[in-house]
Amino acid sequence: MAKLDPKEAQDVLFKPLLRDNPIALQVLGICSALAVTTKLETALVMCLALTSVTACSNAAISAIRHHIPSSIRIIVQMTIIASLVIVADQLLKAFFFEISKQMSVFVGLIITNCIVMGRAEAYAMKNPPLPSLLDGIGNGLGYSLILVVVAVIRELFGSGKLLGVEILPLVTEGGWYTANGLLLLPPSAFFIIGLFIWILRTYKPEQVEEPEFEEAKAAPHTV
Amino acid sequence: MSHEKDSIKNTVKVAAILCLVCSVVVSAAAVILRPTQQANAALDRKRNILEAGGLMEPGRSVDELFSKVEARVVDLETGEFVDVENPATYDQRGAAKNPSTSIAVPPEEDIASIRRRAKQASVYLARGQDGSLERIILPVHGYGLWSTMYAFLALEADTNTVVGLKFYEHGETPGLGGEVDNPLWQEQWPGKQVYDDNWQPAVQLAKGGVDPNSSMAKYSVDALSGASLTSNGITNLLQYWLSDRGFGTFLAKLRSEGGQNG
Repeated sequence: MAKLDPKEAQDVLFKPLLRDNPIALQVLGICSALAVTTKLETALVMCLALTSVTACSNAAISAIRHHIPSSIRIIVQMTIIASLVIVADQLLKAFFFEISKQMSVFVGLIITNCIVMGRAEAYAMKNPPLPSLLDGIGNGLGYSLILVVVAVIRELFGSGKLLGVEILPLVTEGGWYTANGLLLLPPSAFFIIGLFIWILRTYKPEQVEEPEFEEAKAAPHTV
Repeated sequence: MSHEKDSIKNTVKVAAILCLVCSVVVSAAAVILRPTQQANAALDRKRNILEAGGLMEPGRSVDELFSKVEARVVDLETGEFVDVENPATYDQRGAAKNPSTSIAVPPEEDIASIRRRAKQASVYLARGQDGSLERIILPVHGYGLWSTMYAFLALEADTNTVVGLKFYEHGETPGLGGEVDNPLWQEQWPGKQVYDDNWQPAVQLAKGGVDPNSSMAKYSVDALSGASLTSNGITNLLQYWLSDRGFGTFLAKLRSEGGQNG
């Protein structure tokens, strides 16, 4: 295995944070970003689970990439990812019982998270294990960045707390802050992610996609 | 290399090795972590019993508080206590699956859709300083919309006044039926009556909210909006477990004895 150039390693690890963010640019893995971000605590555990699954699956798939027959490669990837997710779920149930109850099905749904599968197919199948591991961690961190931002906004303004500690005293408990109930509902995560993408693409216009088709001009009015 | 990699022989070989390795990893994780997970589940069960009974005190450990709660096993047919080796670990769900320790519930009686019912059930009794019975905590379950819902119903010593109802396991729709976990909804339960004047189960969930002037108000709690089937399921499971087919006989016996021999 060729030795990894530190510059290149850094690039693989940090590119997915802002320049090639899996959620903001590739718009992958939105489903769980909506579901687990009402509280920062669940979002952090979800990030940890997803980052470790993506990193391990990338490394494992990359390590055996020369032996995977192309006819069953997607099934092989799915089997490895699914096994890792089950292990992650079991670990959460053993060591983060309360949080794992709140996250219910969403840990299991990491299996279908497009980021994991997408990185396995796009990167790990073509690159050696170490860069693949870094790519997995990098993409996990890119996902985590968005999740943490969304969760901080939702928990702080939706329930006046961060990690369960009161920051903005609520009116209902004798304080001055009226909680924004919308932020506790899933659509609010859509709005926040949408705004994030907007800000990111204004700051980095090269991320704006080319229009896929020309807008039709209205036909001239003849009658 | 490439030709060999895509041969049928290699495909079968890779698939077989992969399945073997993955299944070993998954089953090893499940086996190694099971004791920790079971300890968590047991602790969670105790916490829910305490919460249903309003016995949780901040700053004290669940195990310490639970030491004041007495776990017993009763025969639902006769309403008598049964002496078993270790009542705290009696596995009622396991017993309900075993034909020799359970009965099939006839479909016309099975309003809670539980199909089989264990002959013996767990009950939890909490006593005051002077030894008098203060709380009776009963495990109840029944089918909602998607899932079997498991709860603890805590009653006062009169076997009629509700202390609390706490669901600890269900798979209902989050935001609709899942609102059984909402503290605002749970707050409505304390003080409600479960039996009418003839000791028939009367407790129910009222659609459209409880009318405070209605004669049923003291037996009723608001149904969950957008979750009619979950609400019906809760009414049914309470009606079933409070009837003579559930804990009715046991509670009647407890009343006649004044709760002294528990």
